[in-house]
Amino acid sequence: MSETVLDTRDLSMRFGGVQAVNSVNFSLRDRELRCLIGPNGAGKSTFFKCLTGQIRLDPSHGRVFIRGQDVSGWRAYEIVRLGVGIKTQVPSVMNGLNVEENLFLSARRVHPNRASAEAAVEEVMQQVSLQRIARRLVGELAHGQRQLVEIGLVLAQRPWLLLLDEPAAGITGAEADQLVRIIHEVNQKATIVVVDHDMQFVRMLGGQVTVLHQGAILREGPVDEVLADAKVREVYIGSRAK
Amino acid sequence: MDYAAVVFLEILYMIAFLALTSAGLAVVFGMMRVINLAHGEFVMIGGYTTIFCNRAGLDIWFSMLVISPLVVGIIGLIVERLVIRHLYGRMIDTMLATWGLSLLMVGLVTLIFGNTAVSVTAPIQSYQVGAYQMGGYNLFIIAIGILVMLLLWLVLRYTRVGLVARGAMQNAEIASSLGYNPQRIYMWTFTAGAALSGLAGGVMAPLTGLLPSSGSLYIAKSFITVITGGAAIISGTLGSSIIFGTVNQIVSFGSTPVIGEIAMLALAIILLRLMPQGITGRFFRNST
Amino acid sequence: MTGHPTFGIGRIRWGWFIVGSLILLLLPAVTGTNTPTLLLIWALFALSLGLLWGFAGILSFGHAAYFGLGAYTYAIASMNVGESTGPLLLAIVLPAAVAAVIGAMMFYGRISDVYMGVITLVVTLILFKFMSATAGDAYRIGSARLGGFNGIPAFPILNVPGDASVTVYGTPFYYVVAVALMGCYLLCRWILGSYFGQVLIGIRENEARVELLGYSAPLYKTAIFTISAAMAGLAGCLFANWAEIVTPGVFSLGQSAEVIIWTIVGGLGTLAGPIAGAIVLGYLKLLLGQQTLIDNSLVLGAILVLVVLLLPSGLLPALTRWRERRDVARVSRRQASSTRRRRSQRGDA
Repeated sequence: MSETVLDTRDLSMRFGGVQAVNSVNFSLRDRELRCLIGPNGAGKSTFFKCLTGQIRLDPSHGRVFIRGQDVSGWRAYEIVRLGVGIKTQVPSVMNGLNVEENLFLSARRVHPNRASAEAAVEEVMQQVSLQRIARRLVGELAHGQRQLVEIGLVLAQRPWLLLLDEPAAGITGAEADQLVRIIHEVNQKATIVVVDHDMQFVRMLGGQVTVLHQGAILREGPVDEVLADAKVREVYIGSRAK
Repeated sequence: MDYAAVVFLEILYMIAFLALTSAGLAVVFGMMRVINLAHGEFVMIGGYTTIFCNRAGLDIWFSMLVISPLVVGIIGLIVERLVIRHLYGRMIDTMLATWGLSLLMVGLVTLIFGNTAVSVTAPIQSYQVGAYQMGGYNLFIIAIGILVMLLLWLVLRYTRVGLVARGAMQNAEIASSLGYNPQRIYMWTFTAGAALSGLAGGVMAPLTGLLPSSGSLYIAKSFITVITGGAAIISGTLGSSIIFGTVNQIVSFGSTPVIGEIAMLALAIILLRLMPQGITGRFFRNST
Repeated sequence: MTGHPTFGIGRIRWGWFIVGSLILLLLPAVTGTNTPTLLLIWALFALSLGLLWGFAGILSFGHAAYFGLGAYTYAIASMNVGESTGPLLLAIVLPAAVAAVIGAMMFYGRISDVYMGVITLVVTLILFKFMSATAGDAYRIGSARLGGFNGIPAFPILNVPGDASVTVYGTPFYYVVAVALMGCYLLCRWILGSYFGQVLIGIRENEARVELLGYSAPLYKTAIFTISAAMAGLAGCLFANWAEIVTPGVFSLGQSAEVIIWTIVGGLGTLAGPIAGAIVLGYLKLLLGQQTLIDNSLVLGAILVLVVLLLPSGLLPALTRWRERRDVARVSRRQASSTRRRRSQRGDA
């Protein structure tokens, strides 16, 4: 049975003098894997930040519902506490701490004591293949590795809804394959939204796709259909030719 | 009626005092995002310069309007080259280093001039407003305050120097790709700010006995005036000077000068809490 | 996973702690206690800032506010109560309460670093100006006249809890201060090693990320701000007992500047650093006070400028890094010589 786990109503946001998100009605069902794509400037990141509470909404901006709960105007940490995992566009991790310590801070919030948190950290490190760099300072890692650490941070809390902004940016082919596997694995129990540019990655993920263009939803549907759609192609190619 | 005129003049004076003594700090903060906690000492040194030049026989007007800005400007230049230059972008470190400089300067001045107050008499006589005796010099300060603000606005708005400086402030890279050296611009901006502080110090010198520690009188008020004012130099400083000057004087008249000052400080906290970007972060954005 | 995360704090080097404690406890046998008591009080004050700034990343430009509140609260309360136990506790609680209010206002208001520096500075200024202006009989709290610029003299000093006639001064007082310092040091260690402390360090590293993990950063920051203020208040109360007078100077900008300098010179990001910085620079200040040629401000100012420019993380970390480099060099030399030995044994050319 598919309940609606994420729902926006007339979500609108101005950003930098432009209507970045234009009255969007977006809806997500339980255990979906949805990719949000669109050319540069389509409003994907702004939309994402409205969902995660990183941009504060007031009543004029529309509403966001998570599992029926109105979370418009909630702060990011309040939304996360509902069981939502958030990965931002620019890798946001704790550079002065090592991988283990990063993951521990994440896991500890949802575990009652240190021992169970440490066990969870072990699990996540296995899942994302971070064991070899467990004691390395995150600030010294390569960009791709930091992306994976951030994925680890998200997974460590076992969220039922994952919002991932460009998780594949700057990672190697092998890392991307691994990431696809992880996402499919997690998708068996959780709902996932991935915002990305990388068409190959989106294809590998499969699932449903929503195309944003100039702040509004242009097309929604299965990945192959959408990517074959003439209007979608025009929007991508056309905007590059300008 | 007389009382109203006196209150009005006192308020104007306070506004001018704040604007004048904050101008140097505002230029440096507004243009370069540098918080110079040694600003008070720049003002103090400006005062000492005027007093000792005057004692040495130089004309007091010349001392306060020409020599003080020059001397403090040079000191500013040296400070910029030796210290500030290495700390651009590191706001907290700049605050700490300039705080250290302020202590250093107080120590040096104490070493050279000792710890007794020095003063000079005001070169303008007092006048009568109805039943009240008003300091004539205060009028001069109001005039200078207006003049300095006007001059600053004209330079920033309408001269090439001002345009280049504002451009570098917005975007150092573009400025350098147009052939201007941002380092040079910052250097001269800091120097100009120091010179303004020196001018303020010189102008204020006839008002009270000056001690090496006098800088602390200025830094607090200038600091909150500038930060509350926000990024826009002229409108920000003027805006907060007007608000604080008015509140300070009105509360002072209602109770004591100390309560007036405290009211001003408390108001600063409230304003900063409500408008963390300063007044001109909220209103009058994009003004100079 | 071997061992639990240390979050950059390291373990307590019990060896050093015991040595340090022994030195503190045996000191009165060798010297007088008057100066050491003051130095330890300053060390406690610096420790409070070191906890807040070095580990939570919150720079309070006006930390003297809580030091001063502790001092004044003790003086006023002890004059009214006559006994010292309650006033001592109040001197810890009141600064903490004030900090909780101001902290909540700043942190829940999402104020940035710089503006927070301004606000904390202004709070101290307000207290300084207010206290300086309270001369005259009208300004009193209970039986304590605030005394304006001259301050409050002659209030009851610490006594043994329960017996108001047995006062604590001189060497016993030194021990009280020493134990307070050691106790607070251990408390800081405990806090930093706890879950709460680890979250704080995470917040210092990347506040946005920690919030995205579901933690309310303002809550944690307000909490540590409160704890730090309580410690500063305790230091202030002990200072009042040492000086036997409280004046508005405890709120001065100079006092705020000094504690920042001690902390930063001693070493930001360590607990021992601020303690060492306070003791060394405090002693230097007292020495300089004996002569009039070189002003204390001059030296302190020069030190601050040089430290910010050259050693931004302070003396202790620089020493640690130097030691690390020396150890690494030693290890690589050993490795090089053992490689050579193995090679010659195998008969390589």
